[in-house]
Amino acid sequence: MPLVHNLLTDSAKRCSDRPALICEERTCTFGQLDEGADRLAAVLQDRGLRRGDRVAVFLENSTELVMVVFAILKAGGVFVVVNPTTKARKLAYLLNDCGVRVLFSQSSLANTVAKALIEAPSVETVVWATASPSDDPRSPTIAQWLSDAKAPPADPHLIDMDLAAIIYTSGSTGGPKGVMLTHQNMTNTAWAISTYLGNTPDDVVLCVLPLSFDYGLYQVITGARVGFTVVLERSFAYPYQTLKRMEQYRVTGLPGVPTIFATLLQMAPFEGVDLSSLRYLTNTAAPFPPAHIRRLQQLFPHARIYSMYGLTECTRVSYLDPARLADKINSVGQAMPNSEAYVVDEQGRRVGPGVVGELVIRGANVMRGYWGKPEATAERLRDGPIAGEKVLYSGDLFYTDDDGFLYFVGRRDDVFKCKGEKISPREIESVLFELEAVAEAAVVGVADPIDGQAVKAFVVPRHGHALTEQQVRQHCRASLESYMVPKFVTICDALPKTDTGKIRKASLVEAGSAATD
Amino acid sequence: MNLEQAVRRYIVENFLLGEDSGLSAAESLLGTGVVDSTGILELVMFLEESYGIEVRDEEMLPENLDSIANIVKFVERKLVGRRVAAQSIAG
Repeated sequence: MPLVHNLLTDSAKRCSDRPALICEERTCTFGQLDEGADRLAAVLQDRGLRRGDRVAVFLENSTELVMVVFAILKAGGVFVVVNPTTKARKLAYLLNDCGVRVLFSQSSLANTVAKALIEAPSVETVVWATASPSDDPRSPTIAQWLSDAKAPPADPHLIDMDLAAIIYTSGSTGGPKGVMLTHQNMTNTAWAISTYLGNTPDDVVLCVLPLSFDYGLYQVITGARVGFTVVLERSFAYPYQTLKRMEQYRVTGLPGVPTIFATLLQMAPFEGVDLSSLRYLTNTAAPFPPAHIRRLQQLFPHARIYSMYGLTECTRVSYLDPARLADKINSVGQAMPNSEAYVVDEQGRRVGPGVVGELVIRGANVMRGYWGKPEATAERLRDGPIAGEKVLYSGDLFYTDDDGFLYFVGRRDDVFKCKGEKISPREIESVLFELEAVAEAAVVGVADPIDGQAVKAFVVPRHGHALTEQQVRQHCRASLESYMVPKFVTICDALPKTDTGKIRKASLVEAGSAATD
Repeated sequence: MNLEQAVRRYIVENFLLGEDSGLSAAESLLGTGVVDSTGILELVMFLEESYGIEVRDEEMLPENLDSIANIVKFVERKLVGRRVAAQSIAG
């Protein structure tokens, strides 16, 4: 059974000169990527990195990010990719939570890093992509390390049960939780995804998703497995530029989330841009509106469209065979290869077609648990049908039809998705409460034509305090990743409550949706 | 307030929490993390509303929007275009 970095090494042996990555017009071949990762791994080991040590990667999408991820694995470490819009306090939380020893970052994020490091004593070394913001010898650059390497890295004697990555996800309670994925999890999932998508070495996949998001990360991992090229974009900030790049590199695969497809559809019919190379589109992270699927089918009649479903705790669960779009457009399909997904009732018993219950996932894709959180882990990972086996309780409500196809109904808690990212209302509310003028706050998701769901905050000011929408939004921008900053803010006198004093979020969602229509 | 000052003020107030940390006119807004992809859309809405211009999809490019200097040049060009169009209608 291979390890994740073996996927890259094998591709480098098979097709050393093929482009692995194209980022900002720069091409990096499989051979160059593998060799660079080897060099960085050797220096990491030289600096004392041991098997199982955690290394954080706080970088924007770039060739360096991918090289560093593979270097960490080759050195025997566990990588933690952090969204580059993360603010200092949360970065410090993540670094502390899993005890990160080495941090890779870039000079444009130096202020955030400096603030976070004050509260993160476990970090011994910071390595900078491009220029180092200081002369401190403890702050080398990736370029220095690449030239420092003397010998290939030593074999860290990993087995596939060892951890490869920790991916942070928000939940309805507590701070973000680190999903632990083993080499076995990741190589299995990369195999399963590239198998059902029918990826070939001739594919050219455009990735605008951040690699801190597992959906983005897996473009690179499956690319390494299959030997296809990933055109890695820093973001989707300039959609027209992205379209031009799709034409330029004859892109065959476009992974997206509903926000991205909604933006693309607004730009249709793409005059003067030839996108005829596109062979497939995939959607996950939030439900794919059928109207959008139909319009994309008209725009790209030769492309297969995959409606998929997953969660960080097992990466991917299911996909709908594009041939079934005609009769099952609302379904997210069936379990992907080598995994099983079924619906259970409150007692954990399997239920028949048409009955709504919690979706349970069984397979090699299921995480090992949350880092350092045995209680939260026990809630999600429960005993499966075979002795000693754990299955994943998703927290998502589903039903199946008579043919066994899965249909998403909603969440069991108040977590929702915006731009494909998981939003924990509680995380935003606790930031709102830091404002002295805030007496009460509630955050809900409201329907939004572009983002699927948008973040809406209701805030009640304390007596004698004035509060403006702009103050609220500015405060949120300073503490939260950009996707969590409320799109809508309503300052009100009171929040609707139940007899027991609990905020009635359902009425807020209704009020919010009516107000934003 | 000239165009550059107005654009700078909008960016400082909305993306830098009111603190002008010495952002240079040539610095990349996306590259320095001052503005993200959602911010670009907000910025475009601000320009459209404040200057009565229409930013087309194919004009949403870094060379038009990714620094204060680029934004100023872009808006100036759009304003000239609008005046020419207005004159030809009037004429």
